[in-house]
Amino acid sequence: MLVLSRKKGQSIMIGNDIEISIIDIQGEQVRIGINAPRNVKVYRKEVYEEIIKENREAAIIDVNPELIRGIKIIKNGNHEDSEGKE
Amino acid sequence: MQLNTKHFGIIEVDEKETLYFPSGIPGFEDVKKFVLLGRQEVESPFFWLQSIDKPDLAFVVTDPFYIREDYYVDVDDEEVEEIEIKDPENVLTLAIVTIPENIRQMTVNLKAPVLINMKNNMGKQVIMKDDTFPVKYYIMTGGSEPPR
Repeated sequence: MLVLSRKKGQSIMIGNDIEISIIDIQGEQVRIGINAPRNVKVYRKEVYEEIIKENREAAIIDVNPELIRGIKIIKNGNHEDSEGKE
Repeated sequence: MQLNTKHFGIIEVDEKETLYFPSGIPGFEDVKKFVLLGRQEVESPFFWLQSIDKPDLAFVVTDPFYIREDYYVDVDDEEVEEIEIKDPENVLTLAIVTIPENIRQMTVNLKAPVLINMKNNMGKQVIMKDDTFPVKYYIMTGGSEPPR
């Protein structure tokens, strides 16, 4: 990993079109500005990792498809309730 | 084409029904081809996004608009460029369901829906920037709180 030291107001270029700027530093928190082409998706790492984790959990299905098919969602105003049916 | 699946045994899949996910889905980037199973069965809100490349892999999915009537998908056009969405009318929106051992704790991922362009059978899981809808939406409580 390349490690660079930057001060507030300074930035880093990644290739020709991605700029990472240090906007502000307050104690342990750093505000970062990102200028990148619109097709470059920028996520907080934990958000992306959360989706990966959720997908992995969802992929482990040990429940019989017949049981899943039997689950009914009973709508009650804005709230839903579900009931497992064998 | 025949597929030997974990949950449904050997099934016949029509090539025309194959869904292509150019980027796979997060955590399963190598898995590009899927097929929807059980969608015609109207009595159940749940159906399956079955992988073709990896027959052991299947996700339970549901219609997020059925789960939450006020649901909406808000993503940049660039995010869906890859699957060439031109008309939102042709998009099928699915939410992945996580079913833990305790089935009452089942959740639906409303933050990262799967969008399928029905015109070209291309799909992608997108991640919404805002936090209106949670990754773990508990069907039982109708919110982010697990049932007691």
